Amino acid sequence: MNIIKKFSLGLLITLFLTISANADKIKIGTEGAYPPWNSKDASGKLIGFEVELAWALCRYMGKQCVIVEQDWDGMIPALIMRKFDAIMAGMSITAERQKAISFSQGYADEVASLAVMKGSSLEGMDTPEGINLSLGGSDVKKALKTLTGALAGKTVCVQTATIHQNFLDSGDVGKVNVRTYKTQDEVNLDLAAGRCDAALAAAVAFNDYAEKSGKPVVLVGPTFSGGAFGNGVGVGIRKDDTELLKAFNKAINQARKDGVISRIATKWFGFDASM
Amino acid sequence: MDLELMSSSIPKLLSATVVTLKLLSLSLFFGLFIGLLFAILRLNKNIIINKFAYGYSYVFRGTPLLVQIFIIYFGFGQIEYLRSTILWVILKEPYWCAIIAFALNTGAYTSEILRSAFQTIKPGFIEAAKSLGIKNKIIFYKIQIPIAIKQSLPAYGNEIILMLKGTSLASTVTLMDVTGVAKYIISTTFKPIEVFIVAGSIYLFITFIIHNLIKYLEKKFSYQ
Repeated sequence: MNIIKKFSLGLLITLFLTISANADKIKIGTEGAYPPWNSKDASGKLIGFEVELAWALCRYMGKQCVIVEQDWDGMIPALIMRKFDAIMAGMSITAERQKAISFSQGYADEVASLAVMKGSSLEGMDTPEGINLSLGGSDVKKALKTLTGALAGKTVCVQTATIHQNFLDSGDVGKVNVRTYKTQDEVNLDLAAGRCDAALAAAVAFNDYAEKSGKPVVLVGPTFSGGAFGNGVGVGIRKDDTELLKAFNKAINQARKDGVISRIATKWFGFDASM
Repeated sequence: MDLELMSSSIPKLLSATVVTLKLLSLSLFFGLFIGLLFAILRLNKNIIINKFAYGYSYVFRGTPLLVQIFIIYFGFGQIEYLRSTILWVILKEPYWCAIIAFALNTGAYTSEILRSAFQTIKPGFIEAAKSLGIKNKIIFYKIQIPIAIKQSLPAYGNEIILMLKGTSLASTVTLMDVTGVAKYIISTTFKPIEVFIVAGSIYLFITFIIHNLIKYLEKKFSYQ
């Protein structure tokens, strides 16, 4: 009996110490499956642009941080349910997400692009290099019209709950057959297997996959920004957590001024994706 | 609790119920044939046939259904040779990949259920039939199979319910069944509790119907 008592007391103390040790740490949630934004190395350690940036921002805030992993499709619910305090997971700032959570100022931006396997009939589309949906204009309209014609009846694969899915659902490129996946890895696998006629995601995500897998994945059509694609990537924070939001905004300002963001971005993306 | 979201998601989830029921009925249909075939093979005295049937049920009952779906969908998709064969017409579609995985899985369980049902048939029944000069084939179809079906109904009803819940894994290979649509709604509303309560209630309701159907059949097939 005595042993059981001692054991449970020890367990309680350990539990209490663990909780109190984590109490004033900022918990940051990331996906760990969207390279080069965030991913894992062979040993399972979280790496990537946002992981390194998170540590840097925590130093600026003078706080201790823990980075925790969370599946992408449960990211915002997990933040709201207080599993962690901030999201740094390549999450673009969009009006839809801002209904549920707040965002810090953007720290980096990326363009989205369609990708196909080499030899696809979608190669060689006559569109400008990049279109900004927020700007609009005849160029954008013409490009969307070209895309609508080319993608009609095609299966386009995206990761679920992303700006890329929102864009395809918005009807800007007509009625395409949208297929959604839990992770970008699975999108890449099915694109390579030939189950998808095209896939839509961050251009860097496809470049990263093509490089690592050696598969002939090529980008087609224009790069996309603005509109459904949001206004850059920021830190997601609960709406009532205004103190933390201020702290992150201040840290991002300082990190930007010191050139830290652009240095880390260049290291991971191969170009300066900071904003 | 967002009641408005709950009521607005009901029609969307109900239309996805059609997909779930299609997946369930087709897998059970194919699974029953596979199960019956392998139950008969299990009772065969030839050791190679017997071990082969045992191996099948051992592998499919011993690995998670999710792993089986992933191997059939993502795994086979990686084999370049397979993509150039006629098989790819079927394996290209997530719908058929899911049904193949489900049917093979439920087939393994069904074969075990039927095998044990065959083995519990009293030898006296068969001896009595033989002494009347009834042919082996007729004994099998008219005596052994009906008794086995009756014996296995309770366990098979359980398997149907397990399979119904198993179909929710179809959403992992892009299919829009009840779980898939629930996840889609959550991806734009960020409110998992409300949507999953509605989705869960739909599964519960289907289970209720299956349960009562099996109970009715059990009564109908009872000796009294």
